[in-house]
Amino acid sequence: MKFSEKWLREFVNPAIDSETLMHQLTMAGLEVDGVMPACQKFDGLVVAEVVSLQKHPDADKLQVCQVNYGEKETITIVCGAANVRAGMRTVLAKVGAQLPGKPELVATPLKGVVSHGMLCSAREIGLGDDHEGIIELSANEAVGKSLADIVDVNDSIIEISLTPNRGDCLSIKGIAREVAVCNQLDLVMPEYPSVEVRSSATRQVKSNAVMNCPRYLGRIIEDIDATVKTPLWLSEKLRRSGIRSINIVVDITNFVMLELGQPMHAFDNDYLQGDIVVRFAKDKERIKLLDESEVDIKPKTLLITDDSGPLAMAGLMGGFDSAVSTTTKNVFLESAFFTPDTIIGEARQYGMHTDSSHRFERGVDPELQLSAIERATSLLIALCGGNAGPITEAVDHAALPTNQQVILRQAQIERVLGVDLDDQFVTDTFIKLGMTCQYNEEQWFTTPPSHRFDINIEVDLVEELARIYSYDAIPASLPKHTLKMRWPNKLHESVKHLSEVLINRDYSEVITYSFVDPKQNNLLNDKYKKLSLANPIAPELSEMRSSLLPGLLSTLQYNIKRQQERVRIFETGLVFTDAENLKQEPHVGGLIYGNIYIKQWDEKIILCDFYDLKCDIETLLYSMMSMEEIEMSPSKSAFLHPGQAVDVLIDGAVAGYFGRIHPQIGTDLNISDNVYLFEFNLKKIRKKEKRSYQAISKYPSIKRDIAIVLDKSVALADVMHNIKSTATNLLTNLELFDLYEGEGIEKEKKSLALGLTFQATSSTLKDEEVETIMRNVIDGLHNNFGAKLRE
Amino acid sequence: MNNTEKLQAEALSKIDSAIDLMQLDQIRVDYLGKKGQLTLQLKQLGKLPAEERPEAGQIINLAKQVVQDALDTRKKMLENERMEKLINAGRLDVTLPGRGNKRGGLHPITLTLQRIESLFEQIGFDIVEGPEVEDDYHNFEALNIPAHHPARAMHDTFYFPDGRLLRTHTSSVQIRVMQEQQPPFRFIAPGRVYRCDSDMTHTPMFHQVEGLIVDESVTFADLKGLLIDFLEIFFEKELKIRFRPSYFPFTEPSAEVDIMGERGWLEVLGCGMVHPNVLRNVGVDPEKYTGLAFGMGVERLAMLYYGVDDLRLFFDNDLRFLRQFH
Repeated sequence: MKFSEKWLREFVNPAIDSETLMHQLTMAGLEVDGVMPACQKFDGLVVAEVVSLQKHPDADKLQVCQVNYGEKETITIVCGAANVRAGMRTVLAKVGAQLPGKPELVATPLKGVVSHGMLCSAREIGLGDDHEGIIELSANEAVGKSLADIVDVNDSIIEISLTPNRGDCLSIKGIAREVAVCNQLDLVMPEYPSVEVRSSATRQVKSNAVMNCPRYLGRIIEDIDATVKTPLWLSEKLRRSGIRSINIVVDITNFVMLELGQPMHAFDNDYLQGDIVVRFAKDKERIKLLDESEVDIKPKTLLITDDSGPLAMAGLMGGFDSAVSTTTKNVFLESAFFTPDTIIGEARQYGMHTDSSHRFERGVDPELQLSAIERATSLLIALCGGNAGPITEAVDHAALPTNQQVILRQAQIERVLGVDLDDQFVTDTFIKLGMTCQYNEEQWFTTPPSHRFDINIEVDLVEELARIYSYDAIPASLPKHTLKMRWPNKLHESVKHLSEVLINRDYSEVITYSFVDPKQNNLLNDKYKKLSLANPIAPELSEMRSSLLPGLLSTLQYNIKRQQERVRIFETGLVFTDAENLKQEPHVGGLIYGNIYIKQWDEKIILCDFYDLKCDIETLLYSMMSMEEIEMSPSKSAFLHPGQAVDVLIDGAVAGYFGRIHPQIGTDLNISDNVYLFEFNLKKIRKKEKRSYQAISKYPSIKRDIAIVLDKSVALADVMHNIKSTATNLLTNLELFDLYEGEGIEKEKKSLALGLTFQATSSTLKDEEVETIMRNVIDGLHNNFGAKLRE
Repeated sequence: MNNTEKLQAEALSKIDSAIDLMQLDQIRVDYLGKKGQLTLQLKQLGKLPAEERPEAGQIINLAKQVVQDALDTRKKMLENERMEKLINAGRLDVTLPGRGNKRGGLHPITLTLQRIESLFEQIGFDIVEGPEVEDDYHNFEALNIPAHHPARAMHDTFYFPDGRLLRTHTSSVQIRVMQEQQPPFRFIAPGRVYRCDSDMTHTPMFHQVEGLIVDESVTFADLKGLLIDFLEIFFEKELKIRFRPSYFPFTEPSAEVDIMGERGWLEVLGCGMVHPNVLRNVGVDPEKYTGLAFGMGVERLAMLYYGVDDLRLFFDNDLRFLRQFH
């Protein structure tokens, strides 16, 4: 909310400067968001009247005006504004005047006629954006009066951001109440003449929804002159509060809303038919609103209606047809209380947000309606003339919100705040805040004022005390606790550990959005129904990721486009599978692309391949679990290269995969297929139980190397498995130390060089024992794979 | 020149021209070895008359000593030479970079999270996690934000067609933990949160750390002390800090915490005393326990700490950006 500092000071004027005032507001919970000068400096501007005008002899669009500015003689002004006319009052910048951002004004000949000054638009004098024509002042402004005496140049516009619980501060009076409490001052309410009822015109009002509109006040004011211009003092207050001047009647209702906090509405009374009835919408009702939009009214929308149908959406916006304009003669003023529950969500439902709904949603003082309508009437009669009729009121006192008694136990203050407050301070604060308050046996019995909707329980009172006492004044202490060791969070530790392993292998962590492009999500995993957002910010961020790969691949593309030739990245985070039976499980995933090594002086540039990734994966997995717990088997993942894809199984269930990207996907994504991917479900590879120590044999080991030739298609794992099963448990280590294909070996064959280490735990092995085993091993390899010892 | 003198001169000359340790050793064997020529001279002493033996022996021994000394000297020299050669041959440009891959690194947001976590772990906070796809109850209702509460407008929530939503804050984890366990509580809940907002200063996903203590005697003063310590240690300097009244439906009193930056106050976190309704919602007796809670935006802290001026950089994942934190 924006407001003029000077306006606030009309209500309460503490002897503090602007900066201190703003600090006070912020520390009272009304956060000051910004401040700016109300207008730019000007000088030499006066109210002037255009006495006569005639066409410029040499220019079609210019008028030569005789202007009275309070001196004996009129002066000649040449003016090009379309709206200039005899009799109007406007602002004259005299010769020597200082306009914002302009050099000092001099008398200037315009096509041969000397203009002794200029008539100004609102924009030219820094009072708004209007530059359509020269500013038109109310006929009540005294000719010759300095503009600086009408609008205060030395004013600031303060913008505060109010939390939703403080609807009571959405007015000058509301803010002034807070400032008064902070400075121990009383409010000065503006005086205005009481309204004399001079007409008997009435219109009956009725609420058919008393729980939603327990109070509705209406009044007819006849014979007003709505053509009068809004006086500058009033339109400036509106402008400084961020509200545009519309016409005198609307400006007055807006003024009262800003001043007191009561949103009001004015209808053209001649348009109304019969009684005013507040009721809920019926089927298929429509209304054309003030902003000229046509709305199909939904059921459960509260309406202001007459015999002809809907006139306004209660608390939200008035209708177009019954709106007041400069031709309106008779107005019907509305000042009502709609309960917050009724209006909350209403504006959003229609995609609207109005100053009125903003206030009703947060709570308007249910006791404010009468003084607001009196204030508005008084202003209206003062500015537009007219005769006020009596107020008609529909009220259901039982349905009006009443603030209940709230009790504060003395001990609760220190229990919550950690500081004990002086009893007298507490009592004084409650009273200054407008509460009724009685202290008895260490308890305060309070009833909050009707403008406060946010004081309902004991701690609400504690908060008020803390606020007024000042958070700054509450001392800082440290929480006291029993020391108790905690079990570590295993998942959290796993993530840290895995991240550490990966970054030690030159991976960079990335963080990508959890919502991805459905196209990419489907490309990679279409087993399950995907989880789609109802209101995504963009179609390409509309589906919850069912894998980390879409984000990783997008990141790869992003970096390739920025000339990165080598990318090694990983991410950890939740993935979302199976919208029907949603699982949100932590995954780790990554990819490598480009060279094995960073570019350096001593290494050849070699592109990474499957085995580089596999080494990373083995390091990663074996750092958490033993080799025996992990099974790797060829994967059928559709997004991996069928010949370079592995599923990782733990306890027989797939825990993840790794391999080369499928060339088709590489092509589709417009990246090379030199991309190797992995992803694991962290729930499945969480660190297994502790390892147990096994004794190291004291006896010497025997090593045997063999080289065998066999078909290329035989997998090493099968060979190893076969050896292990025939070699008895005396085999303590088995390693492949060479793989050879090419010259000296038949085509379609390969040579494997294997090292076998034997060792017994209770005796020294004899050569003969080992020889026997080796014979069995070689026979086994021959029988199963047709392997022959290499010559 | 007698024989001994001749042998000595001969040996010394050979020693001088020896070019490696092998040659030198051969010279040693030839003259001083068991069958070496000077050794033989000594053995032949017996053939001399008894009165001449001591003097002759002395001469031979002296010659042996001279030869041995020459050998030692030459050996040392040759060894030095060899070592010098070896060293010269091994001279490298040590300013060339080391071979092999470097280390990667964590994302600056993770680094920031870890800094925050370690500070709270120090004083016995648990680290807890919760789901990111949440239901209305845990994200709003249980936190004292009923349907249509104006505070919901502050959370631009992402919804799923079935009414579930993406959590708008990690406060939802509070509820889950307190429902499942018994007080006292002392934990932080770090994680991703989501709001339907995207512009220069908002990303639709960001990170929060929510913290909570519920015990028999925690106060607003404790909250102040805890967070002042946290902020000063996190930013590694003394700070001007202010607690400013604010409003969150799940705490009361509520505060926003600002620190004084170069261009005025900067909001860094929100906090307050846990609202009695929230405690009641999870079965904790507000007459017995009080609670303090706080929530901080990790990106904001990371931006201030590292001097990052554009929030969106965190999610572009440009390697040139990420490597600056490795």
